[in-house]
Amino acid sequence: MRSIRKKEDLLNLYENLRKEREKQGKFISVCVDTGCLATGSGAVFSALKEEIAKAGLNPEGEGVKKILRGTGSLGFDSENPVVVIYPEKIFYRKVRPGDAKYIVHKTLLNGEIIERLLYKDPETNEPIPYLDDIPFYKHQKRLLLANHGIIDPLSIEEYISIGGYQALLKALTEMEPPQIVEEVKKSKLRGRGGAGFPTGIKWEDAAKRDSDIKYVICNADEGDPGAYMDRSLLEGDPHSVVEGMIIGAYAVGASHGYIYVRREYPKALESATKAIEDAREAGLLGDNILGTGFSFDIEIARGGGAFVAGESTALMASIEGKPAEPHTKYIHATQAGLYSKPTVLNNVETWANVPIIINKGADWYGNIGTEKSKGTKIFSLVGAVKNSGLVEVPIGTTLREVIFDIGGGIASEKKFKAVQTGGPSGGVLPESLLDMPIDFDTLTKAGSMMGSGGMIIMDEHTCMVDVARYYIDFLSKESCGKCTPCREGLRQMLDILTRITQGEATMDDLDLLEELSYVVKDASLCGLGQTAPNPVLSTLKYFRDEYVAHVRDKHCPAGVCAALIEYEIIPEKCTGCLACKVRCPVGAIEGEKGEVHKIDPDKCIRCGICMEVCTFDAVRIK
Amino acid sequence: MPQLPVEPAKAVSEILSRYHGDPARMIEILQDLQEIYRYLPKEVIEEVSHQTEIPINRIYHIATFYKAFHLEPRGETIITVCTGTACHVRGSFRTLDLLSERLGVKPNETSGDLKYTLETVGCVGACALGPIVIINGKYYGHMTPDRMDRVLKRMGIIEKYS
Ligand SMILES: Cc1cc2nc3c(=O)[nH]c(=O)nc-3n(C[C@H](O)[C@H](O)[C@H](O)COP(=O)(O)O)c2cc1C
Ligand code: SF4
Ligand code: FES
Repeated sequence: MRSIRKKEDLLNLYENLRKEREKQGKFISVCVDTGCLATGSGAVFSALKEEIAKAGLNPEGEGVKKILRGTGSLGFDSENPVVVIYPEKIFYRKVRPGDAKYIVHKTLLNGEIIERLLYKDPETNEPIPYLDDIPFYKHQKRLLLANHGIIDPLSIEEYISIGGYQALLKALTEMEPPQIVEEVKKSKLRGRGGAGFPTGIKWEDAAKRDSDIKYVICNADEGDPGAYMDRSLLEGDPHSVVEGMIIGAYAVGASHGYIYVRREYPKALESATKAIEDAREAGLLGDNILGTGFSFDIEIARGGGAFVAGESTALMASIEGKPAEPHTKYIHATQAGLYSKPTVLNNVETWANVPIIINKGADWYGNIGTEKSKGTKIFSLVGAVKNSGLVEVPIGTTLREVIFDIGGGIASEKKFKAVQTGGPSGGVLPESLLDMPIDFDTLTKAGSMMGSGGMIIMDEHTCMVDVARYYIDFLSKESCGKCTPCREGLRQMLDILTRITQGEATMDDLDLLEELSYVVKDASLCGLGQTAPNPVLSTLKYFRDEYVAHVRDKHCPAGVCAALIEYEIIPEKCTGCLACKVRCPVGAIEGEKGEVHKIDPDKCIRCGICMEVCTFDAVRIK
Repeated sequence: MPQLPVEPAKAVSEILSRYHGDPARMIEILQDLQEIYRYLPKEVIEEVSHQTEIPINRIYHIATFYKAFHLEPRGETIITVCTGTACHVRGSFRTLDLLSERLGVKPNETSGDLKYTLETVGCVGACALGPIVIINGKYYGHMTPDRMDRVLKRMGIIEKYS
């Protein structure tokens, strides 16, 4: 059934759904995306549903008049499972299924706040009842993540009820394609997939091509291991991406679109598929959209699991059913891309920005961000940080604000050491650079990259040589092998880095490593090889001492590199309780009950279980 | 070599017809075939080549390029350790080493008796919970060698700790 055939249909539907939704002002939202479900939010959702039914209410609700919503992630992942009660936005954290009856009876029905479920200010220990007052949220500007928490992402009616597809309506009925391109150009939106290419310029080039068929593609391959904003957007608000793509297709004259989804994201695949089906059924995809004569449809392409497939030319090869090997870009995709037709490829987050720009206008959008880069950016704040999750801030916010004001600093008593940005193409930045505003250009200048938004916080217990080795190991496996500098160069770099972490390298190796880095950077064909040495070069630049310690003193200062560390028992602290002895998987610990235990370094596999289970802090790394 | 549950010629022709034999859909064709066999047996790849008249090396090029495809049989229990950056800096490599020791298999290999496959993955998008381990589809967050070993004991994969 195509319910929306013309402009008035969508306007009427919006009016009706909005009013319908407002009838149920108070509702409970539970995050049910991949990350939350892994903490048990599914059981919390079921328990709430049961309690609401027991209270004589209808938990499913009618249409968009809902009491309980399963939503996308609210971002504060270290506090999951999170439950929020609207409209006040009472924020409950680490909720268990057993809490459901109190939430329903006390908070939903009686407006009482349950103190034990509240987030506590880490400094004052005062409970903070409302989401907007929590430091993690207070310093953010959530435009792209605004719908997370307030809509069921699998319902197109819910999206429409809060004004979804209004930007599409405006674009298709009030604007000409060149005007849309102009608006996006004026907004200074830059691609969020890593390279930061101005989106409007890409669109303009595709729009002016004469071709029987053109394509738009959404890059949801999200290869950076440590970044998950694209997954979260597709799971939590898939229609915003679909809406952006339809607007983009109209602007450049494309009739066909693809969303290329990372293989490891089954739920994102599911919600993107559902969004496309529902939009098609409603008449927002397919022939003659909104009665304007414009026709466009989207298909899903499943990724095959290859980091390099996220690169533009490789991704298009993959959609064509070929191995995802990049090729030279003498001709832009906007001229000859997928199946040699003009193609616009943008990242998930880039597409999600489009409806916002059309709705609010480029001038409004231009007030957010820096001179050269506008808008907000979502970062995944992970690793050794206290408040871990997805944060959205205006571009130009400093690293310190993100890591300390929002992230709350380091999770343990340890000290901050470095932040890694830009994933495998990026680098690490030390404490001294934390006041730098985050922007495409500033981070690149400092030897890193903004990239797709991964932000991995490292403390004193992270070894910088190990991190560099980690990335080169990852990239050497992911190199498609087409060009020699990348394929062989990375293998040699990995060999040197491995020897350094094993204490078998010489000082000359450090120079060789640096030299190789520049060769790989300069002589590789695609972005993978060209940026691959960044993690090595940036660690060498800011943490050279640590390399030297491994090479010269055969010492890993962070206590990470297995070949250079030994676990030992501190005799003064050991009570001879046997706890570690019974748990050592290889029987490396000796000593009877009541006697001081001893670890045999030759048998020990450095798993650290002894250190984890010792309640007397009697195990340490030598 | 165990007997294949479905005759390759039949499975291949059925799945090819689903995609009208379109070679541009080769990745999906292989993914669907893999769903039937849980890996891509040599006989199946040969059959795809035979029926599509695409040279076998081209099909192997695709099947070996993407991590989605497995050319060897897989274990009954699949244990996946996330070795993405967020999990790595929180020490997922120690859990991986422990599993390797406990199961007697190297990362990304399957035990001889086809009981266990130990896999690594570069981020499943639940980084804030890292280190993540997935056992037959169930996610375990904040994994450490100590917790992992206790899970193995509870599941009966190891009988005793030492
Ligand atoms: C090795 C490599 C991997 C990439 N992976 C991704 C990815 O996973 N997601 C993405 O959006 N862009 C990725 N890119 C960037 C894309 O090539 C392309 O620039 C981007 O999708 C364009 O969209 P944007 O302008 O909206 O950022 C990758 C680039 C390289 C060189
Ligand atoms: S730089 Fe590396 S990944 Fe890119 S084409 Fe060359 S070998 Fe392949
Ligand atoms: S790095 Fe392990 S889930 Fe992202």
